[in-house]
Amino acid sequence: MSNEEVVIAVKDIIATIAPDEDLSGLALDVRLRDQIELDSMDFLDIVMELRKRYGVQVPEEDYMQLATLKGCVDYLGPKLAGKQLVQTAAR
Amino acid sequence: MVITGVGLTSPNGDDLQQYRANLLNGVSGVVNYSIRHVGETLAGVCNFDPLRHQKRKEARRGTRAGAVSIYCAREALKDAGLAAENARIGAHARDRVGVYIGITEHGNVETETQIHEVAQYGFDLSFWSHHHNPRTVANNPAGETTLNLGITGPGYCLGGACAAGNLGLIHGLQMLQLGIVDLALAGGVSESIHTFGIFASFRAQGALAKHDEPSRASRPFDKARNGIVVSEGGALFTLERLDDALARGAKIYGEVVGYYVNSDASDFVLPSSDGQEACMRGALASGGLAPEDIDILNTHATSTPQGDEVECEAIRRVFGASPATYVNNTKSFIGHAMGAAGALELAGNLPSFDDGLVHPTINVEELDPACEVRNLVLNEPVRPARVERVLNMSFGMLGINSAVVVERYRS
Repeated sequence: MSNEEVVIAVKDIIATIAPDEDLSGLALDVRLRDQIELDSMDFLDIVMELRKRYGVQVPEEDYMQLATLKGCVDYLGPKLAGKQLVQTAAR
Repeated sequence: MVITGVGLTSPNGDDLQQYRANLLNGVSGVVNYSIRHVGETLAGVCNFDPLRHQKRKEARRGTRAGAVSIYCAREALKDAGLAAENARIGAHARDRVGVYIGITEHGNVETETQIHEVAQYGFDLSFWSHHHNPRTVANNPAGETTLNLGITGPGYCLGGACAAGNLGLIHGLQMLQLGIVDLALAGGVSESIHTFGIFASFRAQGALAKHDEPSRASRPFDKARNGIVVSEGGALFTLERLDDALARGAKIYGEVVGYYVNSDASDFVLPSSDGQEACMRGALASGGLAPEDIDILNTHATSTPQGDEVECEAIRRVFGASPATYVNNTKSFIGHAMGAAGALELAGNLPSFDDGLVHPTINVEELDPACEVRNLVLNEPVRPARVERVLNMSFGMLGINSAVVVERYRS
């Protein structure tokens, strides 16, 4: 999966979890929680979806790595290498 | 205490007007239904739009019972002319509003779903959802309602098996009497069609309805009745003190003038004519009423061979000498809405104070002689000489019985 596809993958998961939010203008380097309404339960949902869709386990001590989209690319990129992009959110 | 608003979703209507029209026109809400492990069966399915009152995220995070409750609560407030805005509900501070919701059960749906989910992953519990506990706690439907409306008064559920809808109403009334709240959202809800366990258990008990035509499957008092149609739904009422309702010029559906709750203490599942008789008599006594003061008796009858017969025996004992009392049944239209049943069935009869009609029990092709009671309203509505009071009966497993009497309000 390319870096661009990692962003698409994460945004697709967020679109499922926060379906009322407009994700089109999300900045890469600003905390997700400062851009859209996401609470700790939502964050656990994101981790769960990564586990279900891609078999990626994110230990609790690494949660902070996923605070921004850029952080997601850096942290998840190696873990998602070779994985097929899954898109399920309604558009 | 008076009822000033009704919010409901039923398999045959998502507001009181539509629901009442269908009860008078013989329109059932029972349809073919399929659920995992059980397969093809029948159910009463609601068609309300949850997104009318919930954001998509809220609906995703919450439960079906929560969605039903929020819909009913918002619709009841709207019907009562009580706006939820500016930190108040109508004129009431939000900490003076209570939410009391009867439930038959809660948590089965989510627990089954989670077990189904982790089974896909070899029972690896890292796939067990963090949403499981907030979705399955017994106060979930009421709690979701308080969150949605910003209500900060007491909000919780009352577990009363299929007597629960009446319990919500009774408890709301008591909280008003105690001065703990000034407005109660009270009634009952059910999401039970989304748990396969309830269908499987009724089937194992030989109590799940079967019929080639879904709309004819729920047929209390019919000789060929063969069981329950499980339904979802909800009905919540706004309950207020009469003075408050009059002061704001509210529409008054009726005044709750009697109620009673008791226990058979005789069997886990089988009902008791003795317990039901005591409940009916208790409700009458609490309002200082005689059997002939009741014009409509809405039965609990669920279309099981034994249950209907037991209830009719109790009715004959109490109302056998009351020519004024007409007897009907709402489950014949909508199936058994479990925790919502008592509240939905009362709601369906409240318009009788305005239209003067008694909705029938439908689907009776051949009346079971064991279910013969005086003035049983079969298949077509009737217009009695007067409609002043409705007695609403709801019973449940473990022998719980509940009754509520509502009287036409006359200024």
